[in-house]
Amino acid sequence: MQGKLVAMTMVEEQEAGEEDVGVGALVAVEDVVVDFAGDRVLDHVGLTVSVGEIVTLIGRNGSGKTTLARTVLGLVKPKSGRVWRRRGLCIGYVPQALAPDPILPMTASRFLTLGGTADPERLNDVLDEVGMPDVADRQIVGLSGGELRRVMLARALLRDPELLVLDEPMSGIDVSGQVALYKLIGEIRDRHRCGVLLISHDLHLVMAETDQVVCLDRHVCCRGTPEVVVADPAFHTLFGPTLGDAVAIYRHEHDHRHTEAGAVAPLDEGREDTGHPGSSAGVAAAETSRS
Amino acid sequence: MFEDFIIRGILGGLGVVLVAAPLGCFVVWRRMSYFGAALAHSALLGVALALMLDMDPMLGVVVLAVVMAVVIVAMEERRILAADTLIGILAHSTLALGIVALAFLQNVRIDLMGYLFGDVLAIGNRDLLFVLGVAVGTGIILWFLWRPLLSATVHADIAAVEGVPVMRVRLVFTVLMAAVIAVGMKLVGVLLIVSLMIIPAAAARRFAATPEAMAVGAVLVGAVSVVGGMLASFYLDTPSGPSIVVVATAIFAVSFVLRRSA
Repeated sequence: MQGKLVAMTMVEEQEAGEEDVGVGALVAVEDVVVDFAGDRVLDHVGLTVSVGEIVTLIGRNGSGKTTLARTVLGLVKPKSGRVWRRRGLCIGYVPQALAPDPILPMTASRFLTLGGTADPERLNDVLDEVGMPDVADRQIVGLSGGELRRVMLARALLRDPELLVLDEPMSGIDVSGQVALYKLIGEIRDRHRCGVLLISHDLHLVMAETDQVVCLDRHVCCRGTPEVVVADPAFHTLFGPTLGDAVAIYRHEHDHRHTEAGAVAPLDEGREDTGHPGSSAGVAAAETSRS
Repeated sequence: MFEDFIIRGILGGLGVVLVAAPLGCFVVWRRMSYFGAALAHSALLGVALALMLDMDPMLGVVVLAVVMAVVIVAMEERRILAADTLIGILAHSTLALGIVALAFLQNVRIDLMGYLFGDVLAIGNRDLLFVLGVAVGTGIILWFLWRPLLSATVHADIAAVEGVPVMRVRLVFTVLMAAVIAVGMKLVGVLLIVSLMIIPAAAARRFAATPEAMAVGAVLVGAVSVVGGMLASFYLDTPSGPSIVVVATAIFAVSFVLRRSA
């Protein structure tokens, strides 16, 4: 990472040079404060998502995960801090809940074209990619939670996004469906080389395809690779010993290698978190576990 | 065969439903029928203020409806009262204020029943051209507004991330509603205009697989209601505005029964 993070108190989107936030960065949120009705929801939070990187936000309900994602998307204006987005950044967004209304007739294919693209061949390709080849003519009201989530993902992919923001994509989906969906997200990242910001309150399986985990409790508790975060005392304090220990890191074979000491490490170590404020404990732990 | 006023009424009515029906679909989808009713209820006050200021009454209706819309949205944001309470207060207080204000206009004779329930006899050739002009104008704007408005209706945040200026689209939609209320007022009156927006849309729902199909179906239902209502009014000597709404309701009832048996 070149340069250093520049401390600024600016609410407006910056046209800052890439060197200020790191090469390959798609979005960078720095020192952001968000208040709702006098309640501090985000307290000096920072986050960077880079090209080809999957960043997972975890935290309990009310920990500010969705607010942080909405800040990244530009839907929430922070009280102070800095939000930087790569110029002309194309974002695909899959929100937490879409409750289709039966009063509004809407086929899956019409839903997909709401974003603007109309080429039927491309629609079919994208539906194939998310594993939903036969839903085009079905009403979205009749889709199951998992099917709808995949159709929403297809709409986001139609935009050829450089950044995907997925808010709780796993809620209402059974465990085998979750594993499949995480795998799909990993594949999409590999195929499109896009950055992914993933939100979850699920502790299980969260970290399967993740490069960096940010544990949020209105402030950043800890961050780093999944292995680092699971080992972090702050993580256990937040989720309690029982839950914290129950977290399973399911990695697929091609996703990791083993170090000489037998520890699990990602294939691409250069992608690891090295420059974010507040993560020093995590990074230090990573050094130990790797050596 | 028919009197001129029936022809003018049918043409004007068709012009109104051509935009009122698709706009009505959005009113139904966005659950804004009470909001629409509030805009319509304020129309009398708009008429009164316009007459006091020597303006065209329809312009007064549109301007006041837009002001109402902005006030409702602003007060909703501050969450002082629940939206339905707020809308109820504004709807009925502006209706009462409007009637009181009209009473102060000593030298103007106002056909109150005509404003409340419509008066097809009052539509002259000039009025017809005005109604059709506004219908075509709002129709063209709605055509271009369609995709962003639909996207924002399905999910405002996705639309915003995809570059739709959601607030601006919502504002233009409200202005279109106000314009349709202003011209529809002539035909069916302020108390019934919202029914001309939502009943055809509701009747068309059962037969549509896409939003566009529902809008086209709503226009057809609205057109049949206008022609049927005007003819019924002519032959049965019933008030034309309410007759149109009764026909639309009958079509809705039939569609409802068909849905049950299907």
